[in-house]
Amino acid sequence: MFRRALSFLFVGVLLSGCGPVWNDPYPAAERGQNILYSAFTDRPKHLDPVQSYSEDEATFLYQIYEPPLQYDYLKRPYTLIPDSAVEMPRVRRYDASGALLPDDASAERVARSVYEVRIRPGVMYQPHPALAKREDGSPRYLDLSGADLRGVRGVSDFRETGTRELEAGDFVYQMKRLAHPRLHSPIFELIAEYLPGLKTLQQQLAEEAKSNSGWIDLNRFDLPGVEVVDRYTYRITLKGAYPQFLYWLSMPFFAPVPPEADRFFGQPGMAERNLTLDWWPIGTGPYMLVENNPNARMVLARNPNFRGEPYPCDGSPADREAGLLEDCGKPMPFVDKVVFSREREGIPYWNKFLQGYYDASGVSSDNFDQAVTMTSQGEVMLSDDMRAQGIQLLTSVSPSVFYLGFNMLDSVVGGGDSAEGKARARKLRQAISVALDIDEFVSIFMNGRGVTAMSPIPPGIFGAREGEAGINPVVYEWRDGHPVRRGIETAKRLLAEAGYPNGRDAKTGEPLIINLDTTPGGLGDKARSDWLAKQFRELGIQFVVRATDYNRFQDKIRNGSAQLFFFGWNADYPDPENMLFLLHGAQAKVKESGQNAANYINPEYDRLFEQMKSMPDGPARQQVIDRMVAILQHDAPWVFGFHPKAYSLQHGWVLNRKAGSMVRNTLKYQRIDLAKRDAARAAWNRPVVWPMALVALLLAAIIAPAAVHFRRRERATAMAGGR
Amino acid sequence: MFAYIVRRLLLAGPILIGVNVLTFALFFVVNSPDDMARMQLGVKRVTPEAIERWKAERGYDKPLFFNVQAAGAERVTDTIFFRKSLRMFAFDFGRSDDGRNIGQEIRDRMGPSLALALPTFVLGLFVSVSFALMLVFFRATYLDFWGVVQCVAMMSISSLFYIIGGQWLVSKVWALVPISGYAPGLDAMRFLALPVAISVLAGVGSNARWYRTIFLEEISKDYVRTARAKGLSELVVLFRHVLKNAMIPILTGVVVVIPLLFMGSLVVESFFGIPGLGSYTIDAINAQDFAVVRAMVFIGSVLYMVGLLLTDISYTLVDPRVRLE
Repeated sequence: MFRRALSFLFVGVLLSGCGPVWNDPYPAAERGQNILYSAFTDRPKHLDPVQSYSEDEATFLYQIYEPPLQYDYLKRPYTLIPDSAVEMPRVRRYDASGALLPDDASAERVARSVYEVRIRPGVMYQPHPALAKREDGSPRYLDLSGADLRGVRGVSDFRETGTRELEAGDFVYQMKRLAHPRLHSPIFELIAEYLPGLKTLQQQLAEEAKSNSGWIDLNRFDLPGVEVVDRYTYRITLKGAYPQFLYWLSMPFFAPVPPEADRFFGQPGMAERNLTLDWWPIGTGPYMLVENNPNARMVLARNPNFRGEPYPCDGSPADREAGLLEDCGKPMPFVDKVVFSREREGIPYWNKFLQGYYDASGVSSDNFDQAVTMTSQGEVMLSDDMRAQGIQLLTSVSPSVFYLGFNMLDSVVGGGDSAEGKARARKLRQAISVALDIDEFVSIFMNGRGVTAMSPIPPGIFGAREGEAGINPVVYEWRDGHPVRRGIETAKRLLAEAGYPNGRDAKTGEPLIINLDTTPGGLGDKARSDWLAKQFRELGIQFVVRATDYNRFQDKIRNGSAQLFFFGWNADYPDPENMLFLLHGAQAKVKESGQNAANYINPEYDRLFEQMKSMPDGPARQQVIDRMVAILQHDAPWVFGFHPKAYSLQHGWVLNRKAGSMVRNTLKYQRIDLAKRDAARAAWNRPVVWPMALVALLLAAIIAPAAVHFRRRERATAMAGGR
Repeated sequence: MFAYIVRRLLLAGPILIGVNVLTFALFFVVNSPDDMARMQLGVKRVTPEAIERWKAERGYDKPLFFNVQAAGAERVTDTIFFRKSLRMFAFDFGRSDDGRNIGQEIRDRMGPSLALALPTFVLGLFVSVSFALMLVFFRATYLDFWGVVQCVAMMSISSLFYIIGGQWLVSKVWALVPISGYAPGLDAMRFLALPVAISVLAGVGSNARWYRTIFLEEISKDYVRTARAKGLSELVVLFRHVLKNAMIPILTGVVVVIPLLFMGSLVVESFFGIPGLGSYTIDAINAQDFAVVRAMVFIGSVLYMVGLLLTDISYTLVDPRVRLE
């Protein structure tokens, strides 16, 4: 009797959360709600806007914080528009004598640039215990004791919350946090170059931190480069001209943080409970983080205090055709809640997407063939199965570049100090650039998900050229309206001119050896290194893979002891400066600890870079960029690899999604057709019960003869048949 | 026995220190504090100054084992090893390198790990022992032969096959349970049914073969023949006599893993999205988070020693001839 009751209980519990479908991974209470379901693979490390600098974290952070600026959701090329600012910042530039300069003044004349940012009045913070107040107006949760914090695991465990209006001082406070010695902001060094007083503030705070292990009131310290003008206006003064600063103003590094939150989380006992600003963000954006379990699930809920931004109305004809303008003017966000579940493995992630339990998914190599087919013309199409499910494909070229870099400090590929050596090495690099068929690499190893790079600048970013003007003439020629890679004979000729006919040193007869420094999982894996060896073999060059672990690889890059290496860069913002600086002499890795891993230094290129970086987009800037790109193509410090293409799948019930990885605050724009989703989920996940009966029958078929045999043996006598 | 337990506990101290030293040395052979800083700060725009600041703030700017610049006892105490390792003996694991409270993380993840590991362990043991006893009962018959063949076939298949195949068949094609995920409380059963079933299935081949070997050795002994001669049924002989006398080798393999159930299962937790401790260590190794690696190895060592002690004690319970002195 007891056993039967237990069985009923077990089956009852199993089926209790099931409803019409049994394999729904979400609680029954969420059914039919306006929730968008997504997944994340790696747990976010930082949710503090002053520290966070990775794409994984941006998924959450950009929905919560509102920096002064944002990218227009629909416009391409990417265009900055106000977010928490009421209008685009007014920029005034002054010379060394303090005289106001005209907008078209050259960068050399600019001694300082002043950005005045006016923010929207009436913007309120999300409900948060840090802003809760007593009747007398003092903070409700301050000077908390251990007893007060007993049982508190998250901000939702505080019964009272409060809010207040966004002020200009919150932006200034956050900029001071860039210098906080305990926060290690990744952009501190960069911004400190331009923002007067930031380094001094960092030193002052470091001194303060030695004697104060708790909360440091940053309002007690001055930051000369930033000032509050009035309740809704603040002013930033930068050294010289730095037009790219506007792009930084669209990132959470410059989003507002209320000092009350810093003070609240700085109380003793908070950090021990993971109650920190790094774990519980507080913003004015459309969503707020209500559940933070990075091991399993993160949940964003609609911020009830959000100001209600209207959906954009300006878009291209293609946007109109794709239905991206249908919600024009409607208040955002459309979705009440966004649930992110952690999926470490690709297979369950993919299967749950196909079951309709995730609204969108990427396309990995494992499921590429199942999702996408290539036509004979090389066009990408969704497979029949995907189309039958109403799945849609979004593609875009990422603002990234992957390349094989030559270490210019290496005597073979860099050429040493002599002019003759440099000229020989340049020919060698050009020969290798021609011989390595990147188009084939992209086709074989990336399922065609990449665009062969002609320069460091990805398509879609100002400065990138299309058509004949855009090809790398060292590697390609223009034939019949298409770029055609130069043949191996060209590479062999260049190699001979470099002094290595047929891959052997013309003077010594020794074979030329090129070493690829890599990590085992990267280009060092068997298939890729075999492909590279084959390419080098065609030139007669011996190719050696020197695979080391990640740390040693990074050491080699820092020390300049690598020869050829595979690297990539994902643009921070859509400006050519953010790509071309990767080869700027002042960024040389060994000499300056910068981002120029090839240690390429060309004075003419550097001069043009300084000129280009502060020019406004236009024909003059394009001309300078063309000259810079031509220098790079001639010098070939990189084998320009490819710009990856991002493929994303979404179900038909997801509306208003537009490809474009530079726009990261995308959730507020998205809408779900709930009825369509519920119907699809029910149709795709009908439980099949007969296998359970089959399993029971199979078990019975196995057990029955055993039971018969057992009974026969138990009843058998010592002498069979009574003999 | 009390004296024996006290002695074993006292011996655990030096062993734990040894484990700590080894973990520390091995970790820092592969990773330097600079590498750890770079891993935490990211690869974009990280300057040497930022790395130095990170190290100083986290206490990784000191020598590893011996501080030649310090005087007196500080030569030993003012080192990374001393400062980071000593407090672990009070089970104070501090913060991970990304600033999270390790103790809190472990407490949060222990529940889901146990929820998966405990039923898998109990059910797996029951199924394996029962199946092995059945094979022994039908020894030298076609059932025994095909049962062993089945065991060999099952243990030859990778556990990944069971997981991926199980998810595809049961969750995708038959749509009976969720593919992955986790929920606290009783709702967890919906998510645990499949991983537990697969874990038991994946382990039953090798376990049943091992137990069968142990039982076969026992069943040929004189006391079994005596029991049969007394007229006891085969079931009673197997479950009451053979099983009891085969307990020592079974307990050797079983009791020692009981405390380690807290540590979770890496592969199963990863594929089924169960937020347990199994993946915590691997995540930490990938992130070069020494604080977490050190804490997990320490806990693993403690639990293993507890397991060994429990095994010794369990011998005295099943075999009166064994005495702990």
